[in-house]
Amino acid sequence: MNIPEKFEELRSRGEGALIAYLCAGDPTPGATAGFVQALVRGGADIVELGLPFSDPVADGPTIEAASGRALSAGMNPDVYLEIVASINVDVPLVCMTYYNLIFKRGIEKFVHDCVQSGISGIIVPDLPVEESEELSTSCRKYGVDLIFLIAPTTTEERIERILRHGSGFVYLVSRLGVTGTRSDVSQSTTELLSRVKTKIPKAVGFGISNGNQAAEIIEGGADGVIVGSAFVDIIASGKDVTAKLETLARELKDGVLSVIA
Amino acid sequence: MSRTTYGKYGKYGGQFSPEVLMPALAELEEGYEKYKDEPEFLKELNYYLKDFAGRETPLYFAKRLSKKYGTRIYLKREDLVHGGAHKLNNTIGQAILAKYMGKTRLVAETGAGQHGTATAMVGANLGLETVVYMGAKDVERQRMNVYRMELMGTVVNPVESGSKTLKDAINEAMRDWVTNVVNTHYLIGSVVGPHPYPMIVRDFQSVIGREVKEQIMEKEGRYPDSIVACTGGGSNAMGIFYPFVEEKDVKLFAVEAGGSGLKTTEKAALHSASLCTGEEGILHGAHTRVLQDKYGQILESSSISAGLDYAGVGPELAYLAEICRLTPCNVSDDEALAAFHELCRMEGIIPALESSHALAYIKKAAESGELGELVVINLSGRGDKDLETVIKLNKEVHR
Ligand SMILES: Cc1ncc(COP(=O)(O)O)c(C=O)c1O
Repeated sequence: MNIPEKFEELRSRGEGALIAYLCAGDPTPGATAGFVQALVRGGADIVELGLPFSDPVADGPTIEAASGRALSAGMNPDVYLEIVASINVDVPLVCMTYYNLIFKRGIEKFVHDCVQSGISGIIVPDLPVEESEELSTSCRKYGVDLIFLIAPTTTEERIERILRHGSGFVYLVSRLGVTGTRSDVSQSTTELLSRVKTKIPKAVGFGISNGNQAAEIIEGGADGVIVGSAFVDIIASGKDVTAKLETLARELKDGVLSVIA
Repeated sequence: MSRTTYGKYGKYGGQFSPEVLMPALAELEEGYEKYKDEPEFLKELNYYLKDFAGRETPLYFAKRLSKKYGTRIYLKREDLVHGGAHKLNNTIGQAILAKYMGKTRLVAETGAGQHGTATAMVGANLGLETVVYMGAKDVERQRMNVYRMELMGTVVNPVESGSKTLKDAINEAMRDWVTNVVNTHYLIGSVVGPHPYPMIVRDFQSVIGREVKEQIMEKEGRYPDSIVACTGGGSNAMGIFYPFVEEKDVKLFAVEAGGSGLKTTEKAALHSASLCTGEEGILHGAHTRVLQDKYGQILESSSISAGLDYAGVGPELAYLAEICRLTPCNVSDDEALAAFHELCRMEGIIPALESSHALAYIKKAAESGELGELVVINLSGRGDKDLETVIKLNKEVHR
């Protein structure tokens, strides 16, 4: 199932999406497939798998540390693609990574290899729409969704440009800053949701860690919530990881379900 | 304003930046275009360059060095700029620009601590809150500069991630900027980063080359055969090169840190020579030449001099190297150290270890004679900050 089909299915049920993020290879390449399955059992509708980069400037300490653990454990794009290919779940998988890893592999080859291993979408936090033409072209060629971010600082003119180029869903950054959990999901989220007018599903990320926040975001008009650091924290803790991932995914999905999208 | 070029130098440069910062980069570009030629702005800039920084700096004829190497050698004395390095030329420009743009807070990264110090100076002087990120390893080896920054009211945050050097400090400064972009100006310290930074920093540093043009004409009645500058990110190099780029007879040499050899292990390079050995890649917002592994993971770099210890290089330098307008070269830690001592003893000037790389190239090039008969070396900074490092190394040698 690809991303638009997934959102279509959810929409027909009046349901918001839970999009869960993990850093692939954290703490070891062997662990990732099991974690993804746990997230899906808990109710994740889409799973974003981070391909770790040595210098993740858009990420906070939580995901930076996860990237470090994964890289130390031998993660690289080849291993990543093998992991993705080995994951057997019926939800779309999205690759989130920094542009240099794509560039170095060769843009078209990267997209081709992603598709081969079962990736449906790509998010590149350091690739603004202005620099995305080559990747965009390859993504269109192979039927992969290229997902862009929109931030509270993004101007109307840029929002339009981003919406013209993006597909799958748009990733609304709930607040200024890097990834990481926060107790407040800011007012700017609601504002941003109303500023972005589009048929493409809108998912909100950065800082969401519990069911109440997830419900609030859907209430505010989002089609989905993206949760990353809260899951990565569980992995970092190293205790009952699989069970806790499933439990948190369920709590978040329940939050999402408590509101009609 | 709609732009189509986004600061490309050939295929290099660009804006590979998180979305949150794209509007800030546009705002910065607009602010720069608006103020850079404005009389009021220029008046303030020139006032600070003269009365605060101490410009113009001398172009000094190094008599004994010239005699030894059989060529006329001039040193552009950026070591005499307030703070002890060329870095202040850029921080003055950017801080005044930030003030004009209504920003109240500066963040900066620093390697050797020279850029951090130069930022602390303008921050204190202009009354702007100033925060500097510095790799923990650099905090160790450049302790004096940490004290200097703190004395001037700057908060210095050691960065414990990655290689704990300049690259990691830039990551952290960018994260700060992403979070505080509304009131904060990111005062980047070299000709790196997303557009418009490489252009802005180059322009503010070009005062070096403009002065050299006049000074060498006055002293020698002609332009030099070659100009030599050490190259980390490349700001002192671009600053002295840029006004000469169109003077095709003037050869430009960018000397990188050859460290302990042009080799790499799995995760680290034993050097910082990204122009000489790096491959195309995207780092810190720009398409440039980068030290990386076969997957595109950035390698830790290495050098005796903290200021050159960086895995990337300014995109315009990558471009000038590609079109063969400049010659990338490198000298080892040991060669730089020898040149450091040589300048101390022969000219009574203690150079920065960074600048010692440029000096070391004179010896390296002496045999081939490629530098010609009239050479200008950018003496980008003074060596006081490096005394601890040098003393430690001497002890190791003599043990
Ligand atoms: C004295 C001196 N020279 C050179 C450099 C290297 O920077 P750049 O290549 O931008 O001139 C530094 C950096 O800290 C420095 O302190």
